[in-house]
Amino acid sequence: MELDQIVERFQKKDTAAFEKLYNMYSENICGVINTIVQNTNVAEEICQDVFMKAWKNSESYNVSKGRFFTWILNIARNAAIDEIRSKSYKNSKKNLSADYFVGILESKENNESGSEDTIGLKKLLLNLKEKCVQIIELLYFKGFTQKEVSKELNIPLGTVKTRNRSCISQIRNNLAL
Amino acid sequence: MDTKEYIASGILELYVAGTLSDIENLEVYLNAQKYPEIKKEIEAIEASVLSLSGTVSPGTKGFGDIRNRIAKEGASLTDEKKNKVSWTAYLGWAVSLIFMAGLIWLYEQNNQLISDIEVVSLENITLEQQIADSEISLAKTEELLTTIRDKNITVVPLGGQTVSPTSYAKAYWNKHEKKVFIDAQGLPNPPDGFVYQVWSLKLNPLTPTSMGLLEDFMEDDNKVFALANPNESEAFGITLEPAGGSAAPNLEQLYTLGVATS
Repeated sequence: MELDQIVERFQKKDTAAFEKLYNMYSENICGVINTIVQNTNVAEEICQDVFMKAWKNSESYNVSKGRFFTWILNIARNAAIDEIRSKSYKNSKKNLSADYFVGILESKENNESGSEDTIGLKKLLLNLKEKCVQIIELLYFKGFTQKEVSKELNIPLGTVKTRNRSCISQIRNNLAL
Repeated sequence: MDTKEYIASGILELYVAGTLSDIENLEVYLNAQKYPEIKKEIEAIEASVLSLSGTVSPGTKGFGDIRNRIAKEGASLTDEKKNKVSWTAYLGWAVSLIFMAGLIWLYEQNNQLISDIEVVSLENITLEQQIADSEISLAKTEELLTTIRDKNITVVPLGGQTVSPTSYAKAYWNKHEKKVFIDAQGLPNPPDGFVYQVWSLKLNPLTPTSMGLLEDFMEDDNKVFALANPNESEAFGITLEPAGGSAAPNLEQLYTLGVATS
């Protein structure tokens, strides 16, 4: 079934369609939340809340406004950021940018290979520069705008777009290997 | 459109990130609908982000947990609905009962008011009648007053005679208009079949001329009668005569008599 059709059924409160979407995206959404709250238990909990929120507000999604993944990603980011603010984490976006994602990746990289989680990770990150990881984390996981990324990484605004593209392309190449 | 250039611009990566404006999002969406290669590119970008974010996942609690939560919320939602329904139903009944009671009360009040209004309007009619009567009476009285106050009026008191010494009357004689008003207040009611007749008298020789009858004597409230008097009267007399009057006065039944002095 096409994604659009699944989403449409999901919006009509079809739990089977919802399950499909959950299976497609829950790992990723939980991962993104984890990079922000930096606590796996809390991340799992928020992740479920995010999917429930999506279920309840399914009618507010409109395909013309973006990808379904992008929509739920946005809900997830907001929920995660709300969480760390309510827990009186240091809450500026600057502090959010602490390179936790990079840290997780590195720690996973250093793990003994052979564990299921890390399969493909090395491959994925092959030749991926640190500045790529940073820009991807800020744009996709932290929800920074181009302007904010440009300020954060101290690079020209126009560079954000092109660098991001080349970084994503690198991951795509790695995936294709 | 040069789709290659469009793809190379990096806008699709930002589209997946969700950092574009609404208008830009719509534009990308429409282009993706139009050009399959753009749609494919978007899907590839999304796949790479998914693969990357998947690597940092702590794992998930699974859809079973979600299913339970949906079921729970569904149940509590129905409960809420049920409670809501019964609560609103009770409230509805209560309100309608109060409303009914109010309506009945208003209906009673209304009936009461209607009957009150009927009584009042009846009273009103009576009062209006009385006022009208009073006005007519007043008008008559004023007319009378004006008449007897006229400067041309000669007042002739008529004293009681042998037949009825306590009787009296007054004649208000307007020589100018040749009219006499007889105030017969001091005369007793005439017996059945009889009527008072007023006479203009010339004294030397005694020549009576009938001026008319005091008809409907009993029914007349103010007992003032207007009569024409074209005569050069020297005195006025009132006699009791059989109904219809007589050609000559029955002097034995002369009740009052008065002499015009001027």
